[in-house]
Amino acid sequence: MGRLTRLAQPGHFMRWSGALLPWVAGLALVLLAVGQYLTWFVAPPDYQQGETVRIMFIHVPAAWMAVFFYGAMAVSALGTLIWRHPLADVAQRAAAPIGAAFTLVCLVTGSLWGKPMWGTYWVWDARLTSMLVLFLIYCGLLALWRTIEDPNRAARAVAILTLVGAVNLPIIKFSVNWWSTLHQPASILRMGGPTIHPTMLYPLLVMIAAASVLGIALHLQAMRTEILRRRVRTLTILEAERLDAALLAPQAA
Amino acid sequence: MDLGPHAAYILGAYGFTALVIGALVAHAILDRRAQERALARLQEEPQRQDLRGQDLRGRR
Repeated sequence: MGRLTRLAQPGHFMRWSGALLPWVAGLALVLLAVGQYLTWFVAPPDYQQGETVRIMFIHVPAAWMAVFFYGAMAVSALGTLIWRHPLADVAQRAAAPIGAAFTLVCLVTGSLWGKPMWGTYWVWDARLTSMLVLFLIYCGLLALWRTIEDPNRAARAVAILTLVGAVNLPIIKFSVNWWSTLHQPASILRMGGPTIHPTMLYPLLVMIAAASVLGIALHLQAMRTEILRRRVRTLTILEAERLDAALLAPQAA
Repeated sequence: MDLGPHAAYILGAYGFTALVIGALVAHAILDRRAQERALARLQEEPQRQDLRGQDLRGRR
């Protein structure tokens, strides 16, 4: 635990994340290349969906990342509220735009799959609606950060709202079981194992791994930038105070 | 590769995803560069002012 705490100190974090980032980014590129090869040249067309099934290879990883980043933000929110760890808010702030982007990809690719398969871009189905709510929560959190000027107050307000919004995560996961939805039920993480044929399952798992590693690389980079942004803010305030003092000094003399 | 009658939807989905991921990567790189530039400027500003101060004191 002590070692983990030390690794999470901003100075230590900048050192080890800087060394790790090129490897994570490189692994993401390799996984994406392999995943795209499997998607386009190995996975067969579906017997019902035809070639449209290829949208699934980006839609499902995007949905996973949308939920994963919100889960990570909820854990970070606990870090902000309970332990007041400086890196917790940084992690949360850095995760929000990435999570929002993946949620948008999930909604748009789902819509583009829905039109040829269901005959409509959108239905107010429980799964689709709860994903839209997730996107709106992400947007609300990003707006809240910009609204409150004091970073400490903003961090607490955002952490509380993040935890309130986390109620939506089990709703997203179980919406297809709790309500009668047009969206198909879970086909990977379910009791009794996946229902997808291995020729499609493995490319999908590789794409999920690629999206996960890419998401981690983007998150590490965004966290490093956020730490730099906070240093810039602190130095700007110190510089302004120094200039104020320099201006007032001759008047006092 | 023949994507059948729904090619526009499939390519549209991949195109949109590429656009969003590309924007995320570009933003990550540009934002980091902007913060690094701002930090470098702020860190060298007091040093420059200190040097200017020493120079003025030297002339007196």
